[in-house]
Amino acid sequence: MGKLKYALFTGCTAKQSTPEQMISTMAVADKLGIELVELTEASCCGASHLQDYDDFLSLVLNARNIAYAEKHDLTMVTICNTCQLNTAMTKHRLDNNADLKTRVNEKLLEVGLEYKGTSLVTHFLYAIIDDIGLDKIAEMVVTPLSQFNIAPFYGCHNIRPSELQNETHKTPENPYNPRSLDDLIIACGGQTVDYEEKNKCCGFHVELQAPKTSAILAGKAVAGAMDNNADFIVTPCPLCHLKLDTQTDHLSTAIGREVALPVLHMQQMLGLALGCDSDKLGLQHHVEKVDFI
Amino acid sequence: MSTHAITSQKVNFKVFRFNADEDYLPYYENYEMDVTSEEVVLDILNRIKWDNDGSFSYRRSCRHGICGTCAIKVNGRSTLACKESMTNMIEYFGNELTLEPLSKSRAVKDLIIDKGDFWAKNDAIHPYLVSHIDEHPEMECAVTPEQANALNDADLCIQCGACHYACPVVEVNEEFFGPAAFAKAYRFEADVRDDAHTTRLIELNAENQGVWDCVKCMECAEVCPKDVDPIAKITSLHNMLFSEGVAKSNVATRHAVGFKHSIARNGVLDEGGMVLYSEGLGVVKHLPLALKMFRKGKIVPPWAITKSDNLDEIQKLVKSSSTVKF
Repeated sequence: MGKLKYALFTGCTAKQSTPEQMISTMAVADKLGIELVELTEASCCGASHLQDYDDFLSLVLNARNIAYAEKHDLTMVTICNTCQLNTAMTKHRLDNNADLKTRVNEKLLEVGLEYKGTSLVTHFLYAIIDDIGLDKIAEMVVTPLSQFNIAPFYGCHNIRPSELQNETHKTPENPYNPRSLDDLIIACGGQTVDYEEKNKCCGFHVELQAPKTSAILAGKAVAGAMDNNADFIVTPCPLCHLKLDTQTDHLSTAIGREVALPVLHMQQMLGLALGCDSDKLGLQHHVEKVDFI
Repeated sequence: MSTHAITSQKVNFKVFRFNADEDYLPYYENYEMDVTSEEVVLDILNRIKWDNDGSFSYRRSCRHGICGTCAIKVNGRSTLACKESMTNMIEYFGNELTLEPLSKSRAVKDLIIDKGDFWAKNDAIHPYLVSHIDEHPEMECAVTPEQANALNDADLCIQCGACHYACPVVEVNEEFFGPAAFAKAYRFEADVRDDAHTTRLIELNAENQGVWDCVKCMECAEVCPKDVDPIAKITSLHNMLFSEGVAKSNVATRHAVGFKHSIARNGVLDEGGMVLYSEGLGVVKHLPLALKMFRKGKIVPPWAITKSDNLDEIQKLVKSSSTVKF
């Protein structure tokens, strides 16, 4: 097997509010022997909001992002659940609707691009599970996280709708009994924490218009992890991370009890287990202090 | 004639039991059964009642996936009992299955719930055609196949409540209409014969109860036994609010529109700028959080944002591909 190579769609947060996600992705890719070609031409995916306003524009912009991955003839890897859903949904709609694909390509042609449908779109979590394998990852672990109870928080847009998400996974994920993140925790030598909210919504997408709803959902998630003895939460989604990590004071007020736990990106957890230098994991960028290392 | 063997395996069912008239708290009863590959979840409910405990209560009627009465939760997943095969459930969850009502907090007796909130919300969106009917029509009111297709299967909803009670917003905000009511509203909004158009949309646009409070968790799309895909209808309703001029400038609408402006300016999102654009003066309430994030290196000022390469392409596409004005 040659060296694994992917086109990386970083999304916006990795370059702004979660810089630790960007550096830890690169550090982990390096350890795993993955080459990442960053799609610096990519635009924002619309974050599940742009399509509420202008669905066609959202499709065109996402198709353009995929077209750049196709130019490299590489699988596109995302590191944000919402980027994943928006991009995969665009791909699914264009691949299954010739008329829509033609209309989108008419626009892309104006800038000399074409969406062909030749590149897969998958989240980094599933890329490494499918292409490297959990056994191989477990073999590469140098610092097992055996003293930690780790609560997986999957994030909606990686697991639902499962029919769409499972189009690209080698092992189908059951959104009501998901395994990928649990299995990665186990591969890293940690103990997984089972709790009711692990596959539930963090409320991020209504933070501005419905702050109370948003804070209750996030507060319940952190409380669920705490009540089941978690030392920290781990998530593949930077939006879930932001919601659970940065404003625990609001979450505590919303649900009427103090809640707070460190919330690691999956790349940071994996990086710790693979022996990455801690300064390459950006743990100092967290609002909830990561002080267990 | 093709044949296939009927197999059987042991399954332990942990079943929610509660009688609101007598019990202070619900409890769970265990039933171990041999389950055949031919059975559906409803067969199990029937066997619990007929073979084990005649007082066990649940709703059922047609047994053909059309009356919508038998939806329950299996291991937390909303499920139409008469349609879901046990083979699927075992493959999904293994041989330990928990059977619960759609909403534990609305349980009346065992798996039967008070669905009053579901019906109240269904009624609130005017779930019928509002149309002037000519008492002496001279010709039929024809709907073309294309116009009928615009309903996009929203008329397949059997009102089982699977999506409503899977929705996390319904659980925490009792004003929220919920995915079933939205799908139903879309069914009439998309109907060319309906005249209530704007009136209904104004209600769907309202803060707290309307579509803007949807968290986009995709639970409704996941559980719908009829593939109605309520979240897709919610997105279409959002689009209608803009195209029909019902959307007013508020934090929710500006949040959606702001993405276009930010993308046109930078290709990527200007996260701080987006909050400012959406909130207007209300941005001050976010300042303590912004400060906290700034200290941790989580805020990039607008002038330091790395714009997308080939930004001119993005700008050209935003101009040529925009289909909505606001």
